[in-house]
Amino acid sequence: MTRAITSHDLDAVPEITRLVTGERGGLPGVESEADSPPSPDELRDDQVDGPELTARLARTWGTEKGIIGALSTVDHKVIGRRFIATAIIFLFLGGLSAVVMRMQLALPENSLIGPDLYNQLFTMHGTTMMFLFGVPIGEAFAVYLVPLMVGTRNIAFPRLNAFSYYVYLFGGLMIWIAFMLNIGPDVGWFAYVPLSGPEFSPGKRADFWAQMITFTEVSGIAVAVSIITTVFKLRAPGMTLDRIPLFVWAELVNAFAIIFALPAVVTASATLMMDRLVGTHFYNPAEGGDALLFQHLFWFFGHPEVYIIFLPATGWVSAIVVTFSRRQAFGYIALVLSLIAVGFLSFGLWVHHMFTTGLPQLGASFFTASSMLIAIPNGIQIFCWIATLWDGRPVIRTPLLFIFGFFFIFVAGGLSGIMLASVPLDTQVHDTFFVVAHFHYVLIGGNVFPLMAAVYYWFPKFTGRMMSERLGRWHFGLAFIGFNATFFPMHITGLMGMPRRVYTYLPEMGWGTLNLVTSIGAALFFASFVLFLYNIVASARRGPLAGPNPWDAGTLEWAAASPPMPQNFDRIPVVTNREPLWANRSSLPVVAGLSVENREQIVPTITHGRADLRETSPEPSIWPFMAAIAATILFVGSMFTPWALVWGSVPLAVTLIGWFWPKPSTEDEK
Amino acid sequence: MRRIGPFLSFAVLPLGGCQGWQSALDTHGPSAHALAEMFWIFVSILAAVWVLTMIALLLALRRRRSVDADPLETDPRTERRMTVTISIAIALTLVTVVSLTGLSYAAQKALFAHKDGALTLLVTGKQWWWKITYEDPQPNRVFTTANEIHIPVGEPVLVTLESSDVIHSFWVPSLTGKMDAITGRRNQIQLQADRPGTYRGQCAEFCGLQHAHMGLLVIAEPKEDFERWRARQVSSAMPPNDPERQRGMEIFLTKPCIMCHQIRGTDAGGKVAPDLTHVGSRRYIGAGTLETTRGNIAAWIIDPHGVKPGVNMPTIPLDPDEIQPLADYLEGLK
Amino acid sequence: MRPDPRSSNILLPHRAVLNARHMPSYAYGSRSPIWWGTVGFAVAEGMGFALAVGMYFYLVFVNGNWPLSSPPPDLLWSSLFTLVLLVSIWPNQRAKRDGEHEDLVRTRRNLVIMSLIGIALLVIRVFEFGTLHVRWDQNAYGSVVWLLLGLHTLHLLTDLGDTIVLAVLMFTRHGHGKRFSDVSDNAFYWYFVIATWPPLYIILYWFPRWW
Repeated sequence: MTRAITSHDLDAVPEITRLVTGERGGLPGVESEADSPPSPDELRDDQVDGPELTARLARTWGTEKGIIGALSTVDHKVIGRRFIATAIIFLFLGGLSAVVMRMQLALPENSLIGPDLYNQLFTMHGTTMMFLFGVPIGEAFAVYLVPLMVGTRNIAFPRLNAFSYYVYLFGGLMIWIAFMLNIGPDVGWFAYVPLSGPEFSPGKRADFWAQMITFTEVSGIAVAVSIITTVFKLRAPGMTLDRIPLFVWAELVNAFAIIFALPAVVTASATLMMDRLVGTHFYNPAEGGDALLFQHLFWFFGHPEVYIIFLPATGWVSAIVVTFSRRQAFGYIALVLSLIAVGFLSFGLWVHHMFTTGLPQLGASFFTASSMLIAIPNGIQIFCWIATLWDGRPVIRTPLLFIFGFFFIFVAGGLSGIMLASVPLDTQVHDTFFVVAHFHYVLIGGNVFPLMAAVYYWFPKFTGRMMSERLGRWHFGLAFIGFNATFFPMHITGLMGMPRRVYTYLPEMGWGTLNLVTSIGAALFFASFVLFLYNIVASARRGPLAGPNPWDAGTLEWAAASPPMPQNFDRIPVVTNREPLWANRSSLPVVAGLSVENREQIVPTITHGRADLRETSPEPSIWPFMAAIAATILFVGSMFTPWALVWGSVPLAVTLIGWFWPKPSTEDEK
Repeated sequence: MRRIGPFLSFAVLPLGGCQGWQSALDTHGPSAHALAEMFWIFVSILAAVWVLTMIALLLALRRRRSVDADPLETDPRTERRMTVTISIAIALTLVTVVSLTGLSYAAQKALFAHKDGALTLLVTGKQWWWKITYEDPQPNRVFTTANEIHIPVGEPVLVTLESSDVIHSFWVPSLTGKMDAITGRRNQIQLQADRPGTYRGQCAEFCGLQHAHMGLLVIAEPKEDFERWRARQVSSAMPPNDPERQRGMEIFLTKPCIMCHQIRGTDAGGKVAPDLTHVGSRRYIGAGTLETTRGNIAAWIIDPHGVKPGVNMPTIPLDPDEIQPLADYLEGLK
Repeated sequence: MRPDPRSSNILLPHRAVLNARHMPSYAYGSRSPIWWGTVGFAVAEGMGFALAVGMYFYLVFVNGNWPLSSPPPDLLWSSLFTLVLLVSIWPNQRAKRDGEHEDLVRTRRNLVIMSLIGIALLVIRVFEFGTLHVRWDQNAYGSVVWLLLGLHTLHLLTDLGDTIVLAVLMFTRHGHGKRFSDVSDNAFYWYFVIATWPPLYIILYWFPRWW
């Protein structure tokens, strides 16, 4: 049980000395520039206060106006908003593809869409949702909110963060432009060989898929490294490991999962491109290769991938459940350990995607056990959240409605997952609409519903306005009904024999009625997103104004203005509790002494959060954008010729040198 | 337990019915029965878990407590009670999960541990049809057909699966679960029907443009009927006995058809397309796409891409007066 | 929510409990955020190596006989490479230490030495590719051998580029302060390139002889 720490505790001397390491920067005996005292001419935040402090910091940390300013920004909030907006646009594009697919499947032997376009549509739907929406949206919320929640001014490696966004954007644009030009990939989002290999997929379609993966995975890994470093090395003083918000824990575990999982899919896609472009034989059985090798590599990534899509959402759920229960989380330690357990265990499930490939039975049943066992840490989380609600004083607002939707849908999806985990059952339902139903229940229930809750919840922080509560309730109702009407019948059609990825079906199969119901449901579900978009746009323009903390929440992002100033906080806060704003209601303990003219942040120790360094944070720069352009040239060129790797690396090297070359500073003159 | 399955099937009937000739819940073989039973056990237990969780959630949302309270203050007694409750819930979850794993493993051993069958088939998945070879120790009793399998009722049949192009998946849900046909590998599956009937299957691994039209039929018949069918299939095609069909045969043998198709007993010896020796005896053409009638055969030959866009069969130029005899001839190859 | 006048439209007043003026502006090793970034990328790249090695052994397992239709690669250039690489641990260690001692003269010397070593290694590596006795497009064995060697070479190249740029930098007026932290990180990355090689050397050059 956590006792709320009062301000008296903070004034006690032992507490303060525990907040600083007091160590030098240079090695012992070395006279290092790290330890030179700050220049007396430089204005610091213990010399100025109030609106003047705010204004000066805003100038130091702000983004310049104009196109160059916009392309040079390294403000995590600007980049985070771009990430979120882009991911949501891809959500719409992916959703539109699905709506068209459902229109085709509404009737048996429908002739709305032919097989070629249909195959491109379901490939684009899956690829967009998984690579261009599912993973980026979790990282996007982390990019925006993690620095605010840990009480710092910017994400670690801000230029790398900017670069990651541009690379993601360009990769997504590349594949959608290819689709618009009718050369979009048509081999499914997991592009099995030999279908996606050189013999059966001539042309460039499958290469667009493979190279888009290079873009998004470079971007994803870079963001993950930034997030891990931010959480480890930029937390506010006093934020010990057990005071880190659950949202941040979720994003941290997620970032680790990304670093270990994404290399597998890049390996799969890169070697696929090599088979297609330069004649390697990784997947050619005639020359010693193996078709299943691709599946192992892909699913070694693919299973953690779905947890990468789910884990950030658990962070959103934790944050919202705590705020709307008006009670601190029950079982914080259990929740953190469950997150870590899920992160680990998710790497031990991948063969359950391959139960029908003829692998040895004993090996396969190990994966049945591990796939079922992951229900335990997931269950712990569910029960702890329900307990928090139980002992709390829930307030029913739109965010909590969507959290209810999350519980209803995700738990159902998890339970159909237990069925799929059984090898024998899976032999009937694998590759049918049953599995399509399952994964939409877990992915939409587990990510999209929490996402919508998160948007309603953090919208006031991003924009300074509240979203319409009335429209929110209509949105929820339409989404909830539309979702279930779309996907529940699929459990039945799958059991009735309807395989996945079919552009049509015979009337005598008896699947017509259920498919029609599903398609109508899909229209309703899509309509709910239109309503959502309307609510977002209308509220951004005319929604009621919100203060810094309209929900009376406890975490640090609500201590910043709505929307936050470029510097996030006028002074870095000092943390004394897991819910800093509930523990300090009358005033905020802070660190003073950071520069007002230059970008400075506090770097603490990892476990105890003792303030150690005051490091400068990189300034805005155009080089990340230029490097992203150069990387795009390299990546796209290498789809057509391997020599692009040689001449394409020249502009990339130039831009990277420009990026890392230091700007002239006052110290250089000495 | 055996009665619950059909009962529950009927309960769901209004939603479109689980009945059908390609349904995992309308089962006609021992393997599929066992799988359906296991399915209903899993569904019942897991549905109960879901209901209990939803009840807990709804109760949590509806409880009313004092409005004024410090969000950081927690009552140690309540915390203890909730810890105990959740621990019990987790323990129950663990027991459930372990039991279901055990149940699954037992079924897996029973169903898939060993496969045998007096009758052995080699099924080759191709884009977008199934090549079926009936094996036999005597080489002159081996024959090839396409898309339609006949098996004797009540006996296990061992099917070896391979692919000559991309990955396909062989799936006849009324009889058993699916197994992939993977390039460069051989997998095995056991088929057994306990009642005579016609059971439809479909490729269940995305294999390109016409994955949606890669169906197959498994027809289970009494042993004597099966042997009669087999004997007929082994034999070469009978020469046609009427002039119309005779003309049709001549047309066939002078057109590019013979480059790809085989009709045993004639000079047509192509191996890359379905064997047409007894095509008239099959219920469907185009891998379960069109019923075998003269009209459909004609439609298929005139414009295969109209029926199955992207199919590997080219359009053969035919004079208008050549189509009827050709279709007649092929339909007569029973 | 029940409107709380304490947390409505105004931001909370500040109460300074700590002053950061005299904290150092950078440090070495795991105290520094950049160190964590380097480690993070090393982990990701290491995962890539691990997966490629996994691919290698998977193909061995699937095929049974190995190498496929080719003699094992020559030992001469690869062993020379290995030797030079391991020997470079010593100047690299000096580079790290002199960098952390912020000794400009020695750092400049060390970076030039490391650059020359890197170039020499690259040249040896080119010869190494020439004596593999199999092309990447010959069979799956050739493909995976070129993949593993290529992956390591890519890291050697980028590290060399990094080292050369840093060497040039230290000869300019920017050669002071936090740049020494970069020198330390560069040495760390070089250790990564060194550490990933011995397993690959054994797998590519000795395993086919033992299998």
